[in-house]
Amino acid sequence: MTNDEIFSKVQAIIVDQTGEDKEKVTLTTNIKQDLDADSLDIFEVINEIEDEFDIKIETEEGIETVSDLVTFVEKQLAQEKE
Amino acid sequence: MTGIQIVQSASAVPAHTVVNDELNAYMDTSDDWITTRTGIKQRHVSTGQTTSDLCTSVAQKLLQQAGWQAADLDFIIVATMSPDYLTPATAAIVQGRIGAKKAFAFDLNAACSGFIYGLKVAEGLLQVSGNRGMLIGGEVLSKLVDWHERSTAVLFGDGAAGVLLKNEPSQTSAFLATDLQTFGELSDRLTAGYQPVNSVFATDTTAAHQKYFEMDGRAVYKFATHEVPASIQRALQKAGPLVHGIDYFILHQANQRIIDQIAKRLDQPKDKFLTNVADFGNTSAASVPILLAEAIQAGVIKRGQTIVLSGFGGGLTVGTQVIKY
Repeated sequence: MTNDEIFSKVQAIIVDQTGEDKEKVTLTTNIKQDLDADSLDIFEVINEIEDEFDIKIETEEGIETVSDLVTFVEKQLAQEKE
Repeated sequence: MTGIQIVQSASAVPAHTVVNDELNAYMDTSDDWITTRTGIKQRHVSTGQTTSDLCTSVAQKLLQQAGWQAADLDFIIVATMSPDYLTPATAAIVQGRIGAKKAFAFDLNAACSGFIYGLKVAEGLLQVSGNRGMLIGGEVLSKLVDWHERSTAVLFGDGAAGVLLKNEPSQTSAFLATDLQTFGELSDRLTAGYQPVNSVFATDTTAAHQKYFEMDGRAVYKFATHEVPASIQRALQKAGPLVHGIDYFILHQANQRIIDQIAKRLDQPKDKFLTNVADFGNTSAASVPILLAEAIQAGVIKRGQTIVLSGFGGGLTVGTQVIKY
C-alpha cells in the first residue's frame, strides 16, 4: 500500500469520526488542536485504523499530526511483511 | 419462537439526584468534561436505600400493575453485582418481603449484562418449571465507587427495574433469539468489590486490594464498540425471518458515545436507540430494564414491536435478546 493510499484511508476515517471537511484534514493537521477532537475521538480514530489496516496501536503517545498516524501505519504494515 | 412474554415492567430509583457540578466538591472534574465524554448529566444516588429496598419497591409495583398476587410467582431472579450481602441473596430478601411463598429466589451476577442473561435463564425456567416469573435488575453502585476517583466515579448511578414474565402463547409477544458471550480472558479489565482472603490462616493479609471500581476504559470502550454490534448481528441472524425490521434498540446505558458508535457500526439510525444515560448514568444490571420500563410507560414501545435488548460489561460479558414486545 502506498503512502497516498494510507493517507486517503486515514483521512476518510478522521472525516467520518470528527465530521470535519475533507479539505481540512491534511498531513500537517494536528488532530487534537486543529480538529477540536477530544481523547475519545482520537481513541475512536485509532480503533477504526486498527480495524481498517488490521494492525495494533498500543499507545497514542507521539501521535500528534495526521502525518504521524500515516507514518505509524506504514511502519506497522512494513513490520508485518517482514 | 417461544410463548414467553413481558407482562409488566416497572422501576424504582433513589430520590436523591447528583448533577455533574456537585461532583466538583469531591474530585477535579467538570460538567463539560463529563457531558462531552459520556452524555451523563446526573445520576440517582442512594442515601441509605439498599439494593433489596429498591428491588422490593420494583416487585411491589410490578404485582400491583399486573394485578398478580405474590403467591402466583414461581420464581424471582435479581440480577445484581452490588447485593446487600453475599448471603442471603437479594432475591430471597425480596421474596420474603413481598410474601411470594411459592417462589424460589436467587441472584445472578453477570454485571451490566445481568438483565439479559437473566432473561435467558428465566425463559429456560418458564419452559420447565412454572409459568410466572419475576426478573429484576438492581444496583447500589455508589457503595462500590471511590468518590474521589474521577475516571470512574462520574459514570455510575443507583437504581432498579424489572419485569414480570409468563409462558403463554400470544399473538403479539415472544422471545425471538438470544446471544450470550463471556470473555473471561478480559476479566481484569473491569473489576469492583474484591473479597480478600484475610482469615487467621491467610499467609499475607497486607496484600493490596481494591474494593472500588477499576476499569481499563480504553479496553472496555473497544470491547463494547466491537462485541455489542457482533452480538446483535448474531442474535438477529438466529431470529432470521422472524424479524422484519427493528423498531427500537435498548442498549446498556454506559456512555452515550458508546451507544452512538454502536449505532454507526450497525448502520442503523440513531433515533432507534433509546437512551436515558443523561439522567441515570450507568446503573449496570438495572440500566436496560429502567429504560425499557420508561419507554413502555411513555408509550414509545408498544405491543407487537420488535425490540433488541443488549447488555455489556464486567466479565467481560455481552448479551443480546431480541423480543417481540
